[in-house]
Amino acid sequence: MIGRLPIAKMFAATILLTVVISAVMVPINWDGEQASTAAPKIDTLLDVMIVLSAFVFSLVMVMLFYALWKFKVKPGDETDGEPIHGNTRLEVAWTLIPTVIVLFGAGYSWAVLSDIEKTDENRLTVDVFSQQFAWSFGYPEQGNAWSEGELHVPVDRQVEFKLHAQDVLHSFWVPEWRIKMDNVPGITTTAIVTPDKVGTYQLICTELCGFGHATMRATVVVEPPAEFREWTAAQKLTVPAPLMESIKQDSEVNPIPVGSGGA
Amino acid sequence: MVAAIKQPGWIRGALGALLAAAFGVGLVVILRDISGLPIWQTEQTGYPHVVVPLITAPLGFLAGFGCFDYWLRWAAGMPTIPEDHSQHGAKSWKDYFRFNTDHKVIGIQYVVTTFCFFFIGGLMAMMIRAELAQPGAQIVEASTFNGLFSTHAVLMIFVFVIPVFAGLANYVLPLMIGAPDMAFPRLNALSFWMLPLAGLMFIGSFLAPGGAFDAGWTGYAPLSTGAPLGQSFFNLGVQFAGASSIATALNFLVTIITMRAPGMTFWRMPLLVWANLSTSLLVVAATPFIAGAQFMVLFDRVLGTQFFQFAGGGDVISYQHIFWFYSHPAVYIMMLPGFGIISEVISTHARKPIFGYRLMALALIGIVVLSYTVWAHHMFVAGMSSWLRVPMMFTTLLIAVPTGIKIFSWLGTLYFGKIHTYSTAMLFALAFIVTFTIGGISGVMLGMVPIDIHVSDTYFIVAHIHFVLFGGSVFTIFAGVYHWFPKMTGRMYDEKLGRVHFWGTLLGTWGTFIPMHWVGMDGMPRRVSDYAVQFGDWNLLISCFAFILGACQLVFLYNMIVSWRFGPRAGGNPWRANSIEWQVSSPPPIFNFDEIPRVVGGPYEYGVPGAKHAIMSGEGAEVSQPQPTTVGSS
Repeated sequence: MIGRLPIAKMFAATILLTVVISAVMVPINWDGEQASTAAPKIDTLLDVMIVLSAFVFSLVMVMLFYALWKFKVKPGDETDGEPIHGNTRLEVAWTLIPTVIVLFGAGYSWAVLSDIEKTDENRLTVDVFSQQFAWSFGYPEQGNAWSEGELHVPVDRQVEFKLHAQDVLHSFWVPEWRIKMDNVPGITTTAIVTPDKVGTYQLICTELCGFGHATMRATVVVEPPAEFREWTAAQKLTVPAPLMESIKQDSEVNPIPVGSGGA
Repeated sequence: MVAAIKQPGWIRGALGALLAAAFGVGLVVILRDISGLPIWQTEQTGYPHVVVPLITAPLGFLAGFGCFDYWLRWAAGMPTIPEDHSQHGAKSWKDYFRFNTDHKVIGIQYVVTTFCFFFIGGLMAMMIRAELAQPGAQIVEASTFNGLFSTHAVLMIFVFVIPVFAGLANYVLPLMIGAPDMAFPRLNALSFWMLPLAGLMFIGSFLAPGGAFDAGWTGYAPLSTGAPLGQSFFNLGVQFAGASSIATALNFLVTIITMRAPGMTFWRMPLLVWANLSTSLLVVAATPFIAGAQFMVLFDRVLGTQFFQFAGGGDVISYQHIFWFYSHPAVYIMMLPGFGIISEVISTHARKPIFGYRLMALALIGIVVLSYTVWAHHMFVAGMSSWLRVPMMFTTLLIAVPTGIKIFSWLGTLYFGKIHTYSTAMLFALAFIVTFTIGGISGVMLGMVPIDIHVSDTYFIVAHIHFVLFGGSVFTIFAGVYHWFPKMTGRMYDEKLGRVHFWGTLLGTWGTFIPMHWVGMDGMPRRVSDYAVQFGDWNLLISCFAFILGACQLVFLYNMIVSWRFGPRAGGNPWRANSIEWQVSSPPPIFNFDEIPRVVGGPYEYGVPGAKHAIMSGEGAEVSQPQPTTVGSS
């Protein structure tokens, strides 16, 4: 049965289509600007998945359109097709090959995840407070300096964000960093980022939190360490006592990222 | 008048609803008085004077409407009314508006009702896209917008996609397995009548003070536990939709297991039957979890329990675990019946046996088992225990394997067949393969934790779910409706209009949902009424395609209504299909078969010389005793 199909040509068409789709899609910068050490790793994973997906998609398209071209009924033909009920080899193939592809994808993702969540001894800790519909930031290593609506971090140094929520769920996302984590009432969650590009970005709330959700934003400034020191020193406010109290009551649920070997 | 009140029906139903509502209010007032609370509401949330009647009034309506009459008489020891089949079949359009135990009537009731909700939900989608056509506020304010997208999703999921499959299967499944009806016809009717109540409750929430529920269809605590009254409409509507769904699933399971015609072994069942068997297994075990989750939210809101209140010792994330333990299997509840439809349509119109029939059935079972082990992939950034992510990623990606088997087997079915594309059903089935493949691919990407961390809660998610739910489930629903329209109505639809609908829907789906992937990856979060100016042009384009998509559905509506009334008569078997439902007249006789058919072969034996699926009456079948219609009537 398979012998009657132009397998070599179909395979060549699949590869050709894969190459064309990949050539168009891989050079496009889908995720936008990269501004953390995690960003290029995640984007590379995405590119690898785009190529693999292009292959799967091309295979399905070639199989579908070849069948539609070759086996479309001639006008007036009332007969049935050939009574083929299956082919064990083919069925085993299209069970095993996708299994290998997805296991590869999962393994690769696991490696990337462990890599981007590796913690550094020299990291800076920043508290992120969220409430309807505003962000504020505390710097425990800088005398609990407090900033409302503007997050400053030094470039090229790992930051461990301790995320807190005072009322409902919020979510911490800076698209250029590719890192996101929910702020959960009652617990402290953690996000690890190493910003590696000086610039101004936006912090976006991505968990629906009420009517002001769409506008719950904050400015993120990544700057050289000296400027960061100056800025924190210039912050006159300290984290208000009620916020300090609330985070002491929180429990930490995910302090140890998978694969970091314990932090 | 007195007779009208005694007769089950709309008047007694309305009276029942009123009495039950009054009873509910009275109960709240008395209990508050006894407890020493002010008898009228003083708290900011809770609204027991509305919530309790919202539970009792629908039950009162169902009782008045006649849903419980037979059981209540029997339970109370009163003489039961002998079954005279007066509640069976439909002679005029009026019979569709009463308590009817005929699975064919119920099937049509389901499909028509759910499509009404589809159009209401679709109208909300149009309003959402009008608001999002440009950055800034356009037509509604932010809290109304949150209510709109929440209600849109809830209508589409709970009172369109899930029950429309139950409706289609209600009609064709008993016919397919050679049964005279479902196992429990009265339970079947009760299941249907709970559904419009759920839908009305969702829509009615717009009238509640504070507006419609606006915490998303996911209703995450603690936003939902502190939300205004509308949220309770959601909590309770889900109970009715869920109970309807669970009862129907039980009915399908018992029907499929016990009421197959002689010779209909499991390996001779059409794949639609396999698909509904799998779906029902998911529904009976998973749906109670969402019912539980919504009750817990309701109790937090009304009774002051602290399930999800961190200040009271509750746990916020546990809501998400319970919710997704249902709602991930629910994704397959919304997809597996569609897989069944696609198998029927492709096999029939390619004139070929299904390629790898047994592996197709086993893939369904594989999906059922795996789907219980993947829920936390919705929570990779939720702050749950981080070690849970990697195992859930592996199971999530592995579930692509049985899904891939299905895609490849449908393609294999096309080979060496005689592919007919004159039917709109077949066009939707073929397009489904393409769009669902794309939705599957984006699903695999979402399953990978590092990618998901970036795109979670962005428009990429919106794009993915619409590719699998619209490009996937809804395409299969259209395929199913076109495929069985001649069987259900006895008339043919207009293929020309069907083609207009098909191509417009395909263009609209791709144009609307493909660019959403891009804006999501580039930084646009979901569930926002306003967004950064840089996404303005893309959103305008998306909205334009969305309006095309919406307009094309009106062509479908026109085609269905006019063809049902004036379409040319369809024969019993316009597609020359093999399965049993096509071997009877269109529409089928009131008890489906004069004699129960005898199944002698597989359902897809196209091209096999001399092969037969079933021997119908008058074809030399043994005179087997027809299953009495009183099965399960007690």
